[in-house]
Amino acid sequence: MDQFTINLLFVGASFALYIGIAVWARAGSTSEFYAAGRGVHPVTNGMATAADWMSAASFISMAGLIAFTGYDNSSFLMGWTGGYVLLALLLAPYLRKFGKFTVSEFIGDRFYSPTARLVAVICLIVASLTYVIGQMTGVGVAFGRFLEVSNTAGLLIGACVVFAYAVFGGMKGVTYTQVAQYVVLITAYTIPAIFISLQLTGNPIPALGLFGEHAASGEPLLAKLDQIVRELGFNEYTAHHGDTLNMVLFTLSLMIGTAGLPHVIMRFFTVPKVADARWSAGWALVFIALLYLTAPAVGAMARLNISELMWPNGTDAQAVSVEQIDTDPKYDWMATWQTTGLLGWEDKNGDGRIQYYNDANADMQAKAAEQGWEGNELTNFNRDILVLANPEIANLPGWVIGLVAAGGIAAALSTAAGLLLAISSAVSHDLIKGRFNPGISEKGELMSARVAMAAAIVVASYLGLNPPGFAAQTVALAFGIAAASLFPVLMMGIFTKVNNKGAVAGMLAGLIVTLIYIFLHKGWFFIPDTNSFTDADPLLGTIKSTSFGAVGAMINFAVAFTVSKMTAPIPQEIEDLVESVRVPKGAAAAAADH
Amino acid sequence: MTKGGHALSDKEAAKAYWKTNVRIILWSLVIWALVSFGFGILLRPMLSGIAVGGTDLGFWFAQQGSILVFLALIFFYAWRMNKLDAEHGVGEE
Repeated sequence: MDQFTINLLFVGASFALYIGIAVWARAGSTSEFYAAGRGVHPVTNGMATAADWMSAASFISMAGLIAFTGYDNSSFLMGWTGGYVLLALLLAPYLRKFGKFTVSEFIGDRFYSPTARLVAVICLIVASLTYVIGQMTGVGVAFGRFLEVSNTAGLLIGACVVFAYAVFGGMKGVTYTQVAQYVVLITAYTIPAIFISLQLTGNPIPALGLFGEHAASGEPLLAKLDQIVRELGFNEYTAHHGDTLNMVLFTLSLMIGTAGLPHVIMRFFTVPKVADARWSAGWALVFIALLYLTAPAVGAMARLNISELMWPNGTDAQAVSVEQIDTDPKYDWMATWQTTGLLGWEDKNGDGRIQYYNDANADMQAKAAEQGWEGNELTNFNRDILVLANPEIANLPGWVIGLVAAGGIAAALSTAAGLLLAISSAVSHDLIKGRFNPGISEKGELMSARVAMAAAIVVASYLGLNPPGFAAQTVALAFGIAAASLFPVLMMGIFTKVNNKGAVAGMLAGLIVTLIYIFLHKGWFFIPDTNSFTDADPLLGTIKSTSFGAVGAMINFAVAFTVSKMTAPIPQEIEDLVESVRVPKGAAAAAADH
Repeated sequence: MTKGGHALSDKEAAKAYWKTNVRIILWSLVIWALVSFGFGILLRPMLSGIAVGGTDLGFWFAQQGSILVFLALIFFYAWRMNKLDAEHGVGEE
């Protein structure tokens, strides 16, 4: 059986599994379907939250970004897990006590202002839409590879599948489908990692293998990796090269953004008790950590494997020959990925070999002149392909490759569909019904939800074709927006007595300043070539657009406090509301306000 | 736990409970920041003498250690707060 058929089988089987579970769960009990999450054990809820949360950014993109940058991209690991501490300590139990279903409802009630609710909905839509762009990038990579078509064709096919999946809709609400998606996703991520860790270090646990010994040389794995990349003129893997301030702000943005993303927070509204909201955040992080502890191992080991494939006889000997790439089955993955347009090589100096090295490094330029090299010949290696290509790079069996394709699609699909649902309900329920046309019929509301969803996916697919960055980088921008707009007001709503005007001013200031900063660097509305600055040489010191969310959050806090001080204090009933949110006693089941 | 109780003492209990809660949160966040921003980034040069599998302790904290501490923190907080709820009589019945 050829690889294409195997991939198709695995992806098809995983889809059949999700749909089967959805049908089974729906037939089992209708009331359970509507009370999604109620009566579900915190462990199960944690697993479903993990599936909902881990997207193309975590699964497809993150390890690749770590692999090619090393230590400096540890921000992704700390940021996307550290946010759960903020969520568990600062938001989840209190929002559960409040007892409504959505983030904008909390903001509207706590700040006794329909304007605050409207602004919150806008922040939610902007952050979620940016997030979907990142997902579409990942969808393009995954579908492009598994259908063996170009990245663009993959993205367009993927967009149709995501749309159909999101419209089918209800299935998203079934916790057990998400549990199945989690199982597929985590199996697909860890199995190749275990194989590779065994090959390289003899240790079956990749997280331990990373700090273990490289079996072939007897040296520590990371020391060996540092040595190889140094010999090729790249930055040492484990060393700190980037700017420290930017790294701190980037990590902080991802953490605050995690705690400010509506689709994650929503999961804690519906757990049975306040105590369960605390446990659920912990269990969610347990299941997320399984992937996040493995990811740095995947990155480091893949980087080592790629370097060794390009220099099969060591960095002092000759590079791999074009003939070997074309004929040796170990290099088949290169031809497959070339089809997607995301991997490329070119024998620039015509010596019949492909030299992979850092041609911007002065020492390497000297060596190149001496050897007759004319620049790095592995001309294109898209970071987003690394995780999906990894089992092929390590020469693992075909079923592992099929499994990874299914996992990558599960990750991108579940999150993209969830975000589209969040956007469409925000537009139809909060904006149209709640604000502009309260008398709209049920049918009209449903119709506007579908239209909003279709519009969102068209915009996201268009921008996903020319994305502002690799999948995880685009998603990081979405986190920056959520960090700057939603998290600060949620926190102030619980821990301070900031008033309505303060909240509205804070959200607007945080959102607008952050958006402008991002657009200045990534292009207005992410349209390519409309930017005035680049992240290599940012407007403010060393602060890249992906790191600006933390600054935006500080602006939000400062503006909110200042405006609140200058205007009327909150009324007594809101004071009572804040007091009641702070203690678990008297928590009722969550109720929707419609 | 009796339901309702004296209104004033309820309010005082809630106040004391909140004060303790904020203190626990602050200490937890100090540890949260110390392992990530501290050991993982800013204090990494200080820890560079401690070798861990081919690199140093700061690298381990940045890529794995901080995640493990985050997990411990969340479970500690859930356990501690559930105890505190009971102590102050503000838990759910």
